[in-house]
Amino acid sequence: MAAAPRAGSKTYHFKPYNVGRWFVWGLFALVLLLAPRLWTSSFAHTMLSQMGIAIIVCLAYNVLLGQGGMLSFGHAVYSGLGSFLAIHTLNLISAGKLALPVSLVPLAGGLAGLLFAALLGYVSTKKAGTTFAMITLGIGELVWSMSLMLPEFFGGEGGITGNRVVGAPVLGITFGPQVQVYYLIAAYCFVSTAALFALTRTPLGRMLNAVRDNPERVEFIGYSTQQVRYLAFMVSGFFAGIGGGLAALNFEIVTAEVVGAARSGAYLLFVFLGGATFFIGPIIGAVLMVIALVLLSELTQAWLLYLGLVFLFMVMYAPGGIASLIMMNLRLAAFGKLGRLWTGYLALAGTAFAILAGAGAMLEMIYHLQLNAALGPGMKFMGATLDTTSADSWFGAAFVLATGVVLFELARREFVRQWGTIQEEIEKEIKRREAL
Amino acid sequence: MDQLLINVLNGVSAGLLLFMLSSGMTLIFSMMGVLNFAHASFYMLGAYFAYALASVVGFWVALVVAPLAVGLLGALFERTALRRVHKFGHVPELLVTFGLSYVILELVKLVWGLSSVPVAPPAALQGAAFTIVQSVGDGLGLVWGAAPAARCASVGSAVVHCSTFPATRMFMMAVALVMLVALWLLLTHTRIGLVIRAALTHPEMVEALGHDVPRVFMLVFGSGCALAALAGVVGGMTFVTEPSMAAIVGSIIFVVVVIGGMGSLAGAFVGSLVIGLLQTLPLTVDKSLVDAAATVGWRIVPGDIVYPLAKVTLAQAAPILPYLLLVLILILRPKGLLGTRED
Repeated sequence: MAAAPRAGSKTYHFKPYNVGRWFVWGLFALVLLLAPRLWTSSFAHTMLSQMGIAIIVCLAYNVLLGQGGMLSFGHAVYSGLGSFLAIHTLNLISAGKLALPVSLVPLAGGLAGLLFAALLGYVSTKKAGTTFAMITLGIGELVWSMSLMLPEFFGGEGGITGNRVVGAPVLGITFGPQVQVYYLIAAYCFVSTAALFALTRTPLGRMLNAVRDNPERVEFIGYSTQQVRYLAFMVSGFFAGIGGGLAALNFEIVTAEVVGAARSGAYLLFVFLGGATFFIGPIIGAVLMVIALVLLSELTQAWLLYLGLVFLFMVMYAPGGIASLIMMNLRLAAFGKLGRLWTGYLALAGTAFAILAGAGAMLEMIYHLQLNAALGPGMKFMGATLDTTSADSWFGAAFVLATGVVLFELARREFVRQWGTIQEEIEKEIKRREAL
Repeated sequence: MDQLLINVLNGVSAGLLLFMLSSGMTLIFSMMGVLNFAHASFYMLGAYFAYALASVVGFWVALVVAPLAVGLLGALFERTALRRVHKFGHVPELLVTFGLSYVILELVKLVWGLSSVPVAPPAALQGAAFTIVQSVGDGLGLVWGAAPAARCASVGSAVVHCSTFPATRMFMMAVALVMLVALWLLLTHTRIGLVIRAALTHPEMVEALGHDVPRVFMLVFGSGCALAALAGVVGGMTFVTEPSMAAIVGSIIFVVVVIGGMGSLAGAFVGSLVIGLLQTLPLTVDKSLVDAAATVGWRIVPGDIVYPLAKVTLAQAAPILPYLLLVLILILRPKGLLGTRED
């Protein structure tokens, strides 16, 4: 042990320049900057804008789920109310009653989210665990029912519309073209991400993790777990509100469904799929969410069923989400052993594809029979035309599925064996390095 | 007066239906610590299974078979999925049932379509159970079944009102009460009930005495799902059998369980009745805060800042009352009406 520094002498801390961190954040900024140059269609710009918004809201949500261990079923309340307050602010600006640049309107949404989180969070955070989950569900339903009762504020069926091209342009930016809105969203997204990452390094962020892991002990050393949860809830509400405000600017219309249970459920699902235990998880989840909501829902009517099944398997077999899967493989790569697994991965992917093709064909045929029977028995699936009334298609799909399942199980066993061996080798390697 | 009585009975029957759901949920929660998010989905499955079976084997057989089938499915889910995530903690357990609720909803839509299915109650349960006859001359009277037209006709100055109570709702109350008694007897007077109650508080000791606690868990989960499905058979017949029926009762039973007190069966009973009445009674009151303010001399006119909020009638506000009560209870008595747990 080093001797304590003598009085008067200067202590030096060795603080290396964290190259990796600068690199990652630089890359993130670069991706945000260049994405609309790479995908230039207006459809791509709308999707990228939605992704930016989703990233903010999902990261805000993960302050509760991942960092605080609080399972909220009503987070759309805060992003949704942020949206409504933002669109009302925008309309006030349009009416000339308020002088505020449009680029600051999302902050109004954020303040609304903060305000409602302070108000409703006080009740919600009185409890933790499952009771907290049920309270947030109840409050979500409360706000949703209110939205039907108060058409003056929530706009009823049609929602509330606004126009973002108001006020004098700042530096020639009118927010008319989608790409200008995208860059506003990207800027907010970057700042919010940085702020939320910084939060994890503050004492509050650390205490929040402690409250998640061992609330009893936190109480014992003199902190109020309820207060920590309450503070985290307000931070989460603020950033969710910013996301909501940006969504209001992006779509120029806000309908009551933004506070609904389906929206809250989507946040939970995708944050978990992305990986709640890693900071990067919700970002992955948010990107997936927009892809699923915009692209997958166009592709197939059964997408919610697929989503539910993927989620079930994820909870059962990989509770750390996609981020944890990536991290596990990165660990392998760091020890230079990833190359040995590529045959295993190839086998898994091939057989999984067979399962998906077989099961997908059967599900799509059932959906076709249920919903599109009027269009005739023929149905397109993966480029092939299937006849939903002939036994051949059904038998073929079932055969592909069964073969896939059997081969997948064989491949999986081999893969698990290989994986176990490699993990053992890594453990040994770590021990060897420690001994050096 | 007669209409009020019918309303109260409607509220009580709705409450008893909620109790059929919340009792299973409470049992599962207090035993395994699992909040079954998919409980309402099993309720919906019960209704649809009964619909499918009733056309083949008749309603009365379906009333027994559908809950058993759903119970088996529930036990299977516990065995394959829930037991696997048990080691990860309570949040993944809740999440796995959350995922299941998506899957069940989509499968139901897939098999039975997006719109409601026509479910007719059996002949014995159609029409009225009894009629309350209120006449100015004779006071209140009660007639079993539908009252003959002659009884309900106003003769001269003797004004007569007839209010009927549907047989399906009567049946709902009867099933719930029978279930309540059976559950109580099972838990207090049988050997398996003894094991279940012991496993509630001392699972390790029960295991040490040679009982298979995971199997008891599976049994409890399956039975809870079967109870939900029984409620679904009765509820689907009384109300509408449609894919949104799970979402309609789903959040309400969570409110019931929190208001009554987590893990307390008696609390679930009280909570169910309170919520049942709270959902039903305000529907008939067409008064708003504007009227209430007027009686104390405060006139609220359109254009006032509070007008949009004050003009909402009690009937319109009925859907939010359970949730408002939830918030109030949490502020005033965080452990619920009859709860003992503080966390």
